Amino acid sequence: MEKQLYTISVYTENNPGLLNRIATIFLKRHINIESLNVSRSEIENVHRFTICAHMTEVAVKKLVGQIEKQIEVIKAYYHTDDEIIFHETALYKIASNLLFDKREIQNIIKNSHASIVTVNPEFFVIEKTGFRSETEALYDELAPYGIMQFVRTGRISVSKTEMKISEQLKNL
Amino acid sequence: MSTKTERIIGAEAVVRALLEEGADLAYGYPGGAIMPIYDELYKYQDKLQHVLTRHEQGAIHAAQGFARVSGKVGVCLATSGPGATNLVTGIADAQIDSTPLVCITGQVASHLLGTDAFQETDVISISAPVTKWNIQVTKSQDIPAAIAKAFYIAKSGRPGPVLIDITKDAQLGELDYAYEKCTGVRSYKPIPETNIEKVKEAATLINAAKKPFIVFGQGVILGEAEAELKALIEKSGIPSAWTVLGLSALPTDHPLNVGMVGMHGHYGPNKLTNECDLLIAIGMRFDDRVTGTLDTYAKQAKVIHFDIDPAEIDKNVKTDVAVIGNAKDTLAKIVPFINDAKHEAWHNEFKEYRKIEDEAVIIPQLEPTKEGLTMGEVINQVNKETNGDAVIVSDVGQHQMFTVRYADFTTTRSNVTSGGLGTMGFALPAAIGAKMGAPEREVVAYIGDGGYQMTCQELGTILQTGAAVKIVVLNNEFLGMVRQWQQLFFDKRYASTVMTNPDFIKLAEAYDIKATKVVKREDLAGAVKEMIASKESYFLEVMIEKEDNVFPMVPTGASVSDVRLS
Ligand SMILES: Cc1ncc(C[n+]2csc(CCOP(=O)(O)OP(=O)(O)O)c2C)c(N)n1
Repeated sequence: MEKQLYTISVYTENNPGLLNRIATIFLKRHINIESLNVSRSEIENVHRFTICAHMTEVAVKKLVGQIEKQIEVIKAYYHTDDEIIFHETALYKIASNLLFDKREIQNIIKNSHASIVTVNPEFFVIEKTGFRSETEALYDELAPYGIMQFVRTGRISVSKTEMKISEQLKNL
Repeated sequence: MSTKTERIIGAEAVVRALLEEGADLAYGYPGGAIMPIYDELYKYQDKLQHVLTRHEQGAIHAAQGFARVSGKVGVCLATSGPGATNLVTGIADAQIDSTPLVCITGQVASHLLGTDAFQETDVISISAPVTKWNIQVTKSQDIPAAIAKAFYIAKSGRPGPVLIDITKDAQLGELDYAYEKCTGVRSYKPIPETNIEKVKEAATLINAAKKPFIVFGQGVILGEAEAELKALIEKSGIPSAWTVLGLSALPTDHPLNVGMVGMHGHYGPNKLTNECDLLIAIGMRFDDRVTGTLDTYAKQAKVIHFDIDPAEIDKNVKTDVAVIGNAKDTLAKIVPFINDAKHEAWHNEFKEYRKIEDEAVIIPQLEPTKEGLTMGEVINQVNKETNGDAVIVSDVGQHQMFTVRYADFTTTRSNVTSGGLGTMGFALPAAIGAKMGAPEREVVAYIGDGGYQMTCQELGTILQTGAAVKIVVLNNEFLGMVRQWQQLFFDKRYASTVMTNPDFIKLAEAYDIKATKVVKREDLAGAVKEMIASKESYFLEVMIEKEDNVFPMVPTGASVSDVRLS
């Protein structure tokens, strides 16, 4: 069976130890976490982990089963890319003189639909939200001019179909 | 359940909460960070007995032994740092063998957390992968709810160990105490719903099968489903085999009991796993020691899996029908749909294999004609004295495999051994706990000369408590199981498996335990008789032929049907 990228969404109670427990489940099976994001969810006091990793469907099913076994995990789901709407955000810090000396940079920013978050005498910061390929493409375009700092968030996603968490919670 | 509150300190709340949960016995070892709780244990000693073991590992294995025979939650206590880390082996053991435990550890005061304070260890992180749940409590007020939740989680659903780490300031601080038992945790469903359609599908497969085969595990015991299992197999006439941890759920002499599956299981059950047309797994998890290589495991058969834990389904073996739920409930549900059957021809296949195994392995083990003593004949002799009514505890190694193969059982919850983790040193402390969990019953522990020396300090616990356990050390002067593998797979290179042992008799006598050593066959029966007749603890050492091996054997990586008789 072929490996592919899965996005795993985990709804949990707020317990600081859970991140450790969930990470261990991946570690034990030698599955690399590509990206990880933790935030609040649409339900009060319920947190949401969004984890991306490459594996087979058989493996992701078992993994999600093990995650759900954790007492404070309410529910875990896995999705392929076509089942979700997803994005990442990247920040690029670049020396301000380039903005004026290298006119092409302005075009790059414009063409990539990135926005400028802040500009000051030393540096300016570009923000780009989109697919990995898009933030990566922008990186490649800016790299020759010198990127002072680069950072990208983990993937965040919402599923196209309902995840019925509130209903689940009522039943539990 | 009391609603009015009282002002008490956290440490007292711990003890009161334990009592509320019906825990009147705890095992442990004191130290700085847990002293306030011990101070309260002193005050409550007429209500809650605390057993001081000689090592925290002894405390947790004793709690496990207690839990395994009594079905109650085992409780153990340890101080921070080394006290807590000494519990870890037992926690891992309880996790893999689904034993309900509540472990309470002291922790440095909360203002010192993260400062590498004296005896500070991050026991929450260390124990996370091997606990069903754990929590650190830093506020006195949170103690009662944490303990209530801990007991609920430990014993509900698929049981397991939980750990509560309580900072010293939380133990010393005051709270408004009121106790309310935990009846649910919203993110946790202990017993998943059973789909009745799956029950019917399973029944259809069972009724249509020509060569159905049941393998049951500890899920039957944990779910208290022994009667339901019996009803199912008696109605369906299906030959039934057990895993190491399923042992004692069905009496040894039940006509449909065909023996054990797995690495040192019986010949027929292993061979015929690969010939049945329907494999019905009940409360077991297809451990690799049970299945051998999965590539050739029961490939010809349809598979039905009854389990309480949805994560076990398809984990190792792909099932055709999964019946999720508590075995007590799911087995009761399926029985009415099952047709009466006998499967005589199929049973005869088991009997044929049994004859071969009797001749090649079992009779030479139980009634040896060679000079050296065998472990099997010792176990057989004990069977004769106890009529299979004893609680049998075993350590890990050859003697363990001989024990689970040859010890007789009439009663459930009577086989206490470290199955999943295979923890040497388990048996002696577990036997102490087992005796306290079933004081009216005979408790016999079979232990190798190697494993015995991993926890023999617990003789001190026997001395102090008077726990009347019968200790049988089967001494082959080797780390026998490892030596067997060295013989079979490493050309007899006995690397670090030869044991130079102390005088075990003197050691037992030093702890005021009556001790006998048997070297010759003619002395065995008398010594066993005296041991079982004793009202007090008793130590029996039997010198075993040094290089005897456990067979049948499915070598690692082999197929169950390639089980070897020699
Ligand atoms: C704590 C621990 N360490 C190592 C092992 C590996 N091991 C499995 S069986 C065995 C030998 C046991 O020897 P002994 O206790 O004398 O029993 P015998 O096999 O001779 O019956 C060893 C070392 C283990 N299971 N547990």
